Amino acid sequence: MTDAFTTRRTLLATTGAFVATALPGLILPARAQGVAATPSMRGGSNNYLPGAPIVERIGGGGFWMTGTVRRAGDGAPLAGQRIQIWAHTTEGNERDPWSHGATLSDANGEFRLEMPQIVPAFGQPHGHLAYDSGDFRTVFLRPVMGSARDTSLHADFVLEPA
Amino acid sequence: MIITEKLRLRAGLAWALVALAILLPLALAATSPLLAWRGPAYIIAGLAGVVAMAMLLLQPLFALGWLPGLAGRRGRRVHRWTGAALVTAVIIHVAGLWLTSPPDVIDALLFASPTPFSAWGVIAMWAVFATAVLAALRRRLRPRWWRRLHTALAVVIAAGSVVHALLIEGTMETVSKAVLCALVVAATLWVAADPGDRAGRNRAQSGG
Repeated sequence: MTDAFTTRRTLLATTGAFVATALPGLILPARAQGVAATPSMRGGSNNYLPGAPIVERIGGGGFWMTGTVRRAGDGAPLAGQRIQIWAHTTEGNERDPWSHGATLSDANGEFRLEMPQIVPAFGQPHGHLAYDSGDFRTVFLRPVMGSARDTSLHADFVLEPA
Repeated sequence: MIITEKLRLRAGLAWALVALAILLPLALAATSPLLAWRGPAYIIAGLAGVVAMAMLLLQPLFALGWLPGLAGRRGRRVHRWTGAALVTAVIIHVAGLWLTSPPDVIDALLFASPTPFSAWGVIAMWAVFATAVLAALRRRLRPRWWRRLHTALAVVIAAGSVVHALLIEGTMETVSKAVLCALVVAATLWVAADPGDRAGRNRAQSGG
């Protein structure tokens, strides 16, 4: 029997239409929920020292760590969030306490902290950032510089309730 | 008279080329500006890695008896001692990195590192250790199996180490590093893919 529902053409068309509508839903499920929370990066928490003090700048400065802090879902900027920063720099390695410092995000959810120049260590010029204050879920980031000659590095946090 | 002169010149040239391929990257790494911001354990760890890389170029040449003055049994004896030194260099490399940043080394050993080159280095490390165990058990193995397994592990070691080194932004200068890596690959494949089994003949000829 070959009615309208059992021809090869309709079968292919129906399957095709189903795949076309269902697949994006499977691949991009976060879209419906707005801005997705930032997951922690591999190795992000390496050499983390809890409770880094809020500082004017780390060491002698000369390099800028910048970024934003937003809320998951609506993407609203989060002010006053404490971001901890550490890296292997010209003034110390990641395990040295003086390589660690923290800063707060401003009213626009932006933060910037001056620190010594980051130098390549363990194969990549990279920095570490942590949000670990309890109000939102803890996030550890490990951004890598495009070039070791860069004098700034940027990282964005999207936090979700703990 | 002229022939011996020629041979001597060729021997000198061969050694000079190999020495250049090894000592130039080593010297450049030893004077890298990055060292200014590294502690002693980290510096030693890095240099141990460069030395290990240099040994990977020497090992196939020793096995072949290709280097003048190190043919036959003498070449193989040096090959064995260099193998032991390679194991030591790898241990110093990993231990020094561990002292510098334990979590990064633990991540690497567990294949959970964010850096892609770590896994290649760890694979090469295990292949080096496996080769040492294999060499210790060599007399209990059939020669054909010994050669097959040793060659397979040597290829894994060379490939793993080369990818590991090339992906790293570290103390090695990029051009001399690339040249050393290319030579390691060429020398390893030269021995591994040798249908005439020159390493085996090197053994047979000298009756060892």
